[in-house]
Amino acid sequence: MKPHTLSVLVENKPGVLSRVTGLFSRRGFNIESLAVGVCEEPGMSRITIVCIGDDAQIEQVMKQLNKLIDVIKVSDLTENDRVERELALIKVNAEPGSSRAEVMQLASIFRAQIIDVGSRSVVLSVAGDTKKIDALEKLLRQYGVKELVRTGTIAILRGSKTVRSTK
Amino acid sequence: MKTGAKILIEGLQREGVKTIFGYPGGVVLPIYDELYHSSLQHILVRHEQAAAHAADGFARASGRVGVCLATSGPGACNLVTGIATAYMDSVPIVALTGQVPTSLLGNDAFQESDITGITMPITKHNYLVKRTEDVGRIVREAFFIARTGRPGPVLIDLPKDVSTREIDFEYPETAAVSLRGYQPTFRGHPRQIEKAMELLLEAERPLLYVGGGVITSEAAGELCQFAESLMIPVTTTLMGLGAIPCDHPLNLGMLGMHGTRYANYAVTESDLLIAIGVRFDDRVTGKLDTFASQAKIIHIDIDPAEIGKNKRVDVPIVGDAKSVLQEMLARVRKKKDYEKWMARIRGWKEKYPLRYPKDGSLRPQFVIEELSALLKGEGIIVSEVGQNQMWTAQYYCFRHPRTWITSGGLGTMGYGFPAAMGAHFARPDQVIFDIAGDGSFQMNIQELGTVSHYRIPVKVAILNNRFLGMVRQWQELFYDRRYSFTELPPVDFVKIANAYGIDGIKVEDPGEVRSALKSAIETDGPFVLDFRIEREENVFPMVPAGAAINEMIGGQCE
Ligand SMILES: Cc1ncc(C[n+]2csc(CCOP(=O)(O)OP(=O)(O)O)c2C)c(N)n1
Repeated sequence: MKPHTLSVLVENKPGVLSRVTGLFSRRGFNIESLAVGVCEEPGMSRITIVCIGDDAQIEQVMKQLNKLIDVIKVSDLTENDRVERELALIKVNAEPGSSRAEVMQLASIFRAQIIDVGSRSVVLSVAGDTKKIDALEKLLRQYGVKELVRTGTIAILRGSKTVRSTK
Repeated sequence: MKTGAKILIEGLQREGVKTIFGYPGGVVLPIYDELYHSSLQHILVRHEQAAAHAADGFARASGRVGVCLATSGPGACNLVTGIATAYMDSVPIVALTGQVPTSLLGNDAFQESDITGITMPITKHNYLVKRTEDVGRIVREAFFIARTGRPGPVLIDLPKDVSTREIDFEYPETAAVSLRGYQPTFRGHPRQIEKAMELLLEAERPLLYVGGGVITSEAAGELCQFAESLMIPVTTTLMGLGAIPCDHPLNLGMLGMHGTRYANYAVTESDLLIAIGVRFDDRVTGKLDTFASQAKIIHIDIDPAEIGKNKRVDVPIVGDAKSVLQEMLARVRKKKDYEKWMARIRGWKEKYPLRYPKDGSLRPQFVIEELSALLKGEGIIVSEVGQNQMWTAQYYCFRHPRTWITSGGLGTMGYGFPAAMGAHFARPDQVIFDIAGDGSFQMNIQELGTVSHYRIPVKVAILNNRFLGMVRQWQELFYDRRYSFTELPPVDFVKIANAYGIDGIKVEDPGEVRSALKSAIETDGPFVLDFRIEREENVFPMVPAGAAINEMIGGQCE
């Protein structure tokens, strides 16, 4: 059992996302994270799904996804050399004074940006892989994380290899 | 200028549809108005569930796409069981539903239900049509998706304004459907086929395990040729009955929970299982890790997701059963002698035949045997669900594909009667029987109205035990005979039939079975036979749930 990152190319049509997520819940597969957006191919969207399972389960998920008429291509990026990124927006307590300075210091170590400053809190924007965001969030907890918003992982292969509808 | 409704009806006719089964309502008025002027035959059922089952029965009997039509909300929801039944058994139907006008979608309008949402998990694909311009393309796609690859139901939801709006539209003469996300594989990989043939030469105890996929792909001929050319025994699933004639010397009958002992023993001892168009369902395999545990497995199926889903496979072959079997036949070079294995199987066949008590009481198995003898295994036999279904599967001698129609995957009580109506429109030349239980028959008994209305010559043979027999059997065997809510009070089915203008006979004596069946067959139009059978007769042999399939109870020589 380990996390797999699936890249799923779908028709950009109403209802497609619910077909995909419905399939996961119906067949008892859990989604760890999910991100959707339009992509370079006209009329298509790309969904990046992270899910946990053994090899047989992941194979079954991919085969079932492939059976959906609106799914054009499914690839498991897990065994490939790839880059993964997630974006998080974190609203954290930061009273003017020492705690605010510490939060700003942590932000700079993690290459996070401060994108809003309030009288008693700041909003950080941080991009990176899941582990990095988890680590920052953990460190910020002592100041009081008021709200956390994450996009879900997106991934792309390194080098010139691509995940496209045609080879 | 054409309305969406007109484009729809024209599209159906272009797909070769002659008959549809439906029930009207508010938002399908424009479609019904178009039907009024059309040469399409519309059969008015008495409940939308029956329309879906009839479309399904039509499809199974003919191999073509069946069509049903219902209004929005309650009408569409009534189709759901029928669509799920078709989905589980991979039957090509197109279900048409009306929907509230697009301007009201999502407003909880009168008779609005999200039928595309509801049927998403039980359709191969579905459409909510938003523009009249899309109707023509969607009809073509729907039929294409329903009948190709692993077939299945497709639903088209048509809002009222989409049906009424007029546009300029002509169907293109030749329009190929192109769906970039849907390209089913038909031809098996040559390398894999070669590997399969090599395994056959290594094997000592090969066995063909054959299911509904062989019927669907019209591969029964190739299957028998293949089995005969190598002399390999064949066992079929419930859905595969008819793929090989029942009395063929290589046929072991059905395997699984109520299969023959010899079929289940053969699976257990086989060293090479050639699985074709099957899905290793739990009713077939029993305890999975003891199923064919001595065998290497070759699995041929058009749906890659079925391969390796339940059981690890040594040689997966994704492809259409017919085409793969043809390729395999072309590669039969050397033949191996499996005679020792066949002799062992013949021994089991002699020792453990299907049997039931013959004590002068009216036994359901006898009714089926008599019907089989009268029709010589011809005709189309449809069943309900429960003991009636299993007795028919065990005792009727099927000889041809598409002559046995039953709800296998979903096990839908109430399926048989309307499916039999549908089968009639596919094969009007055939005698059609619905073998029923008194419980199942009462689930769609209102269709007596439909068969009477159109004089559809479906013969209903009720194996009446005044029990929900199959459930009672489990209560007898596993719940200490606590018959919790499985006893049904007596019903005079002949009187009910008469009230609809249909003839019927009640039969209590085994001596009357043959003449009663004959009257039913000789009567033009529908007929109801009420066989008052031995009430606590059981289906044997039986594999208890979760046991290995060679651990069968009952039906043995004393
Ligand atoms: C719609 C539906 N409800 C419940 C069941 C569960 N079930 C399976 S067999 C059976 C009893 C069937 O009784 P009957 O039709 O009288 O047939 P018999 O088994 O007596 O031949 C029941 C209730 C089912 N298969 N389908």
